[in-house]
Amino acid sequence: MQKIKPFDHLILILGVLFLCAPVVMALMSSTHAAIDIHSNGLSLLPGGNGIETYTKVLTHKGGFTGDVTGLLMLRNSLIMGLGFAVGKIALSMMAAYALVYFRFRFATLLFWAIFATLLLPLEVRIMPSYQVMSELHLLNTYTGLIVPLLASATGTFFFRQFFRSVPDELLEAARIDGAGPVKFFIDVLVPLSKTMMAAIFIIMFIYGWNQYLWPLLMTTDESFYTLMRGIKSILQVWVGSQIPDYNEAFALAVLAMVPPVAVVVIFQRMFIKGLTESDK
Amino acid sequence: MTDTPLNMVEADQTLVTRLRAWWSGETANPAKRVQFDRPLTPWLFLLPQLAVVVIFFYWPSVQAVTSSFYLEDPFGFGSTFVGMENYTDALNSSEYLGTAAFTAFFCVVVTTLALSIGLLLAVKADKVIRGAESYKTLLISVYAIAPPVAGLIGMMFFDMHMGPLKDLAAFFGYDLKVGINYWDTATALIVIAVWKQIPYNFIFFLSGLQSVPVSVREAALIDAQSGWRRFWDITLPLLAPTAFFLLVINITYTMFDTFPIIDVIVKDKPANNPMTLVYKVYLDGFKGNDIGGSSAQSVILMGVVALLTVLQFRFLERRVHYG
Repeated sequence: MQKIKPFDHLILILGVLFLCAPVVMALMSSTHAAIDIHSNGLSLLPGGNGIETYTKVLTHKGGFTGDVTGLLMLRNSLIMGLGFAVGKIALSMMAAYALVYFRFRFATLLFWAIFATLLLPLEVRIMPSYQVMSELHLLNTYTGLIVPLLASATGTFFFRQFFRSVPDELLEAARIDGAGPVKFFIDVLVPLSKTMMAAIFIIMFIYGWNQYLWPLLMTTDESFYTLMRGIKSILQVWVGSQIPDYNEAFALAVLAMVPPVAVVVIFQRMFIKGLTESDK
Repeated sequence: MTDTPLNMVEADQTLVTRLRAWWSGETANPAKRVQFDRPLTPWLFLLPQLAVVVIFFYWPSVQAVTSSFYLEDPFGFGSTFVGMENYTDALNSSEYLGTAAFTAFFCVVVTTLALSIGLLLAVKADKVIRGAESYKTLLISVYAIAPPVAGLIGMMFFDMHMGPLKDLAAFFGYDLKVGINYWDTATALIVIAVWKQIPYNFIFFLSGLQSVPVSVREAALIDAQSGWRRFWDITLPLLAPTAFFLLVINITYTMFDTFPIIDVIVKDKPANNPMTLVYKVYLDGFKGNDIGGSSAQSVILMGVVALLTVLQFRFLERRVHYG
């Protein structure tokens, strides 16, 4: 075995400092008053203003945005994250099941039609996507926020790979027992995919929670604002103000990053599995 | 070239068999030995995904391509067919080319830095025993932070009044003006984009390193005494597939996922600030109301992404087959 070298630890500690110090400073600064931050800069120690700031950000209406509270944005972000993750898993498992377990006309064509969506990220086709959404009257709806994001085949690709690795004997046995396609899917395949579903769920929840551009375009009605959208608004208010509400901005940033970071830290093993095996 | 006729016959046969197989739904290499043989059920399972893909992917994509050939009236009084004009306009504009050049530069710098720092940390985290788990958790946790939040925190660090990095630059006698000076803003964008991407690369490099069999590691330890030699001759070649995969992902990330960071730092004030091609598509389309021009830029980007994805796809299949 190799000896422990202090140099290795030094590099790791520097890496951790570079990555984590900004987060810690944002967290600590959010508990200081705005004037305090303005005159003394960011701080590494907690201040005495935390409860006040967070109460204001969470419950106060008409602060940096017109009439939306942090609590409401938190709820919308949660709907976005959960709705996206659940929708993605449901759609992609069903599609992958059809592609792997059935022999039918046009299967290959459909496979390519679905996987071609990996070619174009949403950012490239935002303008026309926006027009389609407004023609369908889906602006300022949860459907409009979540469903269009489901149009990429990442999940389908992942479940397809997974289903292909499931032993053929299972299907043979199920068919001998007289199980039809629906029964086989619900009673055999879904329970078998539980770990995979959990891993994908974590990745997709973070992905949905962290969406920025799409909510920015889809929502003009403040009651649909997510936390990411709130960050955009708080910055817009900054222009022209004497001492910007640094503390509130930091508090909002903390609210926006705590849930996904907690999910990653708590379910670390599953998260790494989902990430490295689904290849994004 | 002498055996061309034979090859052609073979190719013809495979083509016919392939077409027949394609029509009946069989593939040359079916996913499963046993499959259900029902005409309707698979369609029901596919229906939700297909509906979403057609409405929210194909419809807008086709619209992007069509409107790239038209000049839309900004006041909504119809549009005129202009052929390739939107494309030639974009490709001849010095502004577009400048943005393209910055995007390329941004991609090279961010990808190089994020990959090398990620690799360095992964190699070290793979080596240490004491505290390995804590290092891992701390280094990974930043992955979950959204790009706009990263942008916001980064902006505070570069802030005129209270940013510690501004003070640091001032200490060395440099006046850092993010949001005003082109290269200062570029520096801020690079630092934030790299910061955000290191954990992702770290996770993949570390899992790549840890999948190297113990026997190989021990053999390497005996054969190559110097740590550097071991790294260059054994570790790096074994990591090459992971590194290549990450290279494509990092380029895609820098081109598209940095949008929120740019939006937060540049804040709709592109005056003298750097931006990427994707951000320009957004600005021209939504702020400039130049729908045709924005669409043409979209289509050009589609070409770039398609190329990247084909690379990635070829590689994914390989990775899946050989583990």
